[in-house]
Amino acid sequence: MQALYAQLLVGLINGSFYALLSLGLAVIFGMLNIINFAHGALYMMGAFVAYFLLNLGGINYWWALLIAPVVVGVFGMILERTMLQWLTGLDHLYGLLLTFGIALIVQGVFQNYFGSSGMPYAIPDQLKGGMNLGFMFLPIYRGWVVIFSLVVCIATWFLIEKTRLGAYLRAATENPTLVRAFGINVPRMITLTYGLGVGLAALAGVLSAPINQVRPLMGADLIIVVFAVVVIGGMGSIMGSIITGFALGVIEGLTKYFYPEASNTVVFVLMVLVLLVKPTGLTGRAA
Amino acid sequence: MKKSIASFLLGTALAVTTAGAAFAQDKTVKIGALSDQSGLYADLGGPGSTLAAQMAVEDSGLVAKGWKIDIISGDHQNKPDIGTAIARQWFDVDKVDIIVDVPNSGVALAVNNVIKEKNGVYINSGAATSDLTNAQCSPNTVHWTYDTYMLAHTTGQALVKAGGDTWFFLTADYAFGAALERDTTAVVTANGGKVIGGVKHPLNTPDFSSFLLQAQASKAKIIGLANAGGDTTNSIKQAAEFGIVKGGQKLAALLLFLTDVKAIGLETAQGLNFTETFYWDMNDQTRAFSKKFSEKMKNGAMPTMVQAGVYAGVRHYLKSLEALGGNPHDGVKVVEKMKSIPTEDDLFGKGEIQPNGRTIHSAYLFEVKKPSESKGPWDFYKLVGTVPGDQAFTPLSESKCALLKK
Repeated sequence: MQALYAQLLVGLINGSFYALLSLGLAVIFGMLNIINFAHGALYMMGAFVAYFLLNLGGINYWWALLIAPVVVGVFGMILERTMLQWLTGLDHLYGLLLTFGIALIVQGVFQNYFGSSGMPYAIPDQLKGGMNLGFMFLPIYRGWVVIFSLVVCIATWFLIEKTRLGAYLRAATENPTLVRAFGINVPRMITLTYGLGVGLAALAGVLSAPINQVRPLMGADLIIVVFAVVVIGGMGSIMGSIITGFALGVIEGLTKYFYPEASNTVVFVLMVLVLLVKPTGLTGRAA
Repeated sequence: MKKSIASFLLGTALAVTTAGAAFAQDKTVKIGALSDQSGLYADLGGPGSTLAAQMAVEDSGLVAKGWKIDIISGDHQNKPDIGTAIARQWFDVDKVDIIVDVPNSGVALAVNNVIKEKNGVYINSGAATSDLTNAQCSPNTVHWTYDTYMLAHTTGQALVKAGGDTWFFLTADYAFGAALERDTTAVVTANGGKVIGGVKHPLNTPDFSSFLLQAQASKAKIIGLANAGGDTTNSIKQAAEFGIVKGGQKLAALLLFLTDVKAIGLETAQGLNFTETFYWDMNDQTRAFSKKFSEKMKNGAMPTMVQAGVYAGVRHYLKSLEALGGNPHDGVKVVEKMKSIPTEDDLFGKGEIQPNGRTIHSAYLFEVKKPSESKGPWDFYKLVGTVPGDQAFTPLSESKCALLKK
């Protein structure tokens, strides 16, 4: 029984990353109608920015949490302005192919210069060590990841669903012409939204740097699972992707305990089941 | 009469041309470097292995003697189906003579069958499974550098003898992990130890915390890591995070490469014991080779033992071809020649290739240095002991290779 508690907690930790990443994807898909395949590469860039800040500039983890999302967010906004915006109104496939191509290029460039095994990034001193919870030894850093990502997820949900800015955004996706008639700069808002989604990916990248290696393919390995999370949760549903992210982390954790061989596939089995029963995803509404 | 003289002349001319072809032996060679070019094993083999093969060709001096040697490379993506498809295409379309490297035991065993079928030459340096020279040995195959038997009988044995008598395995769930766990379990039980549990994880797992918690709960003295590359680095890093070593359990990195230590960082990796058959900083020859190698690598990396094995293997292959006077394009014949000549090179020293295809050379027990002991960006290892080749690798009397029963 103790082992089970431990696995539940570990599952929550992985769920945090799924939630943060799928949240960004859901925001981008919900507002821009773009299936952002470059998300994994941008997550990786976030971790690399943190690595460069520490090793070249001596700037610590806490500043990296702030700076990396901004840097990568700006990179994302440039992508949106120069390339993605030309795809509005076209079939989803175009956006998917373009962002997939961008991901391959970005990963290839990093791999060329840094190899595939990656670089270590130390846990910040304030979060080193662990606590004995009785049923398990919890590294403090992992506890921090769960709490921090929960806060970020809820703040994002609040921003989009409960504030005036969020209302503009949702209105702009519904009927851009009408919103423009009210004197709101819709293209700029779309760009900023893409920047926000991408920034969330970069933030997840910084969070994961001390746990995983900072390596070029860290995003590529994760992104497929995250896409499954978004599909299960319902495309474009903010709360749905947060809850599914955490829930799937837990389910995966339990699989690692009961039948580890299947831990890579369990998410996809679930995805198939959900699609068979409810094709719009658990929280999605029919389009 | 006139007609018969003409036909006689024609006949002679024909005889001369065919005889000429037989004497002036074919001096073209095509080498295929098949590896994981971008995944979790790319740094320990990958582009570095292709470079090692190129350096071997350059250093052999055969090009200056009129040989034409080409090298092509391919990415098997750690998938046996892709690996065999590339191998087939190389033999059928590109007329490749020899395939080198091939890390990932699953792919390596699949490719082994293709090469035997096509009568090519196979110098495997990257894969670990000892099956390549045991149950699945082939007259076309030479296995260089290391194997699971050697890892079990060096690192594994040393740990059991030092008091680590209860083991829990974290095993990569494919041919390699299974072979390494099997060979290590044999050593553990033979030395009076006990395996009390284990968990099989999928290849390329980013998060090991679930598995590490199970290992921690098992209370085993030794947690045996029967995995490699990115899986090993993640296991070790996260084990440190969960306080496993501080809690009194010991990690056995059964297979660890130079690039893995670089990736983990000395802070976390210090004190780990493991075995390799090559390290760049062993002597003047290895340092000279490694310096040249590192200058040609995009990220300045030093060679791993896998890449060194590719170099040494290709050198020995070319030496054997030269002894044959040309390339007969007959895999079995070339490998027989390779086995008949003792191996000797700057990187592995003196050795031999046994009838089952196993290359025998010394193995070295290393310990990872403390950050304070390291004097440079790749100064990682302290030599702890040397195991002579005949003790490190499977004795012929124990080998299940069918080639030995002739």
